Amino acid sequence: MIGLWNYLIVGALVFVIGVLGIFLNRKNVIIIMMSIELILLSVSINFVTFSAFLGDLFGQVFVMFVLTVAAAESAIGLAILMVYFRNRGSIAVEDVNTMKG
Amino acid sequence: MIETIAFYIFSAVLVASAIMVVFSSNAVHSVLFLILAFFNAAGLFILLGAEFVAMILVIVYVGAVAVLFLFVVMMLDINFSELRKGINTYMPFGIFLGIVLFIELVFLVFQGWVAPPSGGPALAAPAPMLTEISNTRALGQLIYTHYLYVFQVAGLILLVAMIGAIVLTLRHRPGVQRQRISVQINRKRSESMVIRQVSSGAGAPKL
Repeated sequence: MIGLWNYLIVGALVFVIGVLGIFLNRKNVIIIMMSIELILLSVSINFVTFSAFLGDLFGQVFVMFVLTVAAAESAIGLAILMVYFRNRGSIAVEDVNTMKG
Repeated sequence: MIETIAFYIFSAVLVASAIMVVFSSNAVHSVLFLILAFFNAAGLFILLGAEFVAMILVIVYVGAVAVLFLFVVMMLDINFSELRKGINTYMPFGIFLGIVLFIELVFLVFQGWVAPPSGGPALAAPAPMLTEISNTRALGQLIYTHYLYVFQVAGLILLVAMIGAIVLTLRHRPGVQRQRISVQINRKRSESMVIRQVSSGAGAPKL
């Protein structure tokens, strides 16, 4: 029987894969953003799981807000990426040193 | 029984495609595997009885975000294989870190956390029975009453993101002829028209 912990383990796996993607592809901003989407997806899986197993509908409402923020974040991030590529001709994270940060 | 099989299929494909998102050498393949991952997550949501969120996930992610990623990946002229050069040096430590994090999360699931009894007064929004009212209807009744302001703020966030993306990527190239309607409307008679007295028989006047 599929219980609460099955879904939580799947969420944990996707979360770990997302963190691993950020860690491994540290030069490629596009893969980093996709990994962030994976992390947000794992959070959504956990929200919906608890919502279903506790009988509380607010988890699903919250998932919609997470989706909103994720969509806005990826839109802004990709726009910044386009502008950056237009100016510098590269998207490597190592080259992002204009502000000497 | 069939629910169990569906759960394992969905979660296996979800995890496998998430791995392929991270390790695929082609960025376009990564985006396509991301789409596959979101489809399978939507399948998991349907198994959990949250069909509205599942459909929203498919519409928003596959319809909007993944297409946006595909556009950007195809518009940028980048040698992605060159960006992956350092991946093997980070691989052992990254795998180690991932395993440690996963073990911690599993420990949290099994040991460090106790599920409260379901139901009761602690719930923020008790879900009605699915036999009485559908999931979509229940969510709508919740969003448009208790969480109306939060919902409006979510819309504002999307508006700000849209305007921000347009402002960031809009550029005016110099030297491009374009129609300026305000200039056209604000033309005056004095600056666009000259009346000259032409005397007859003297030929064309010198300008």
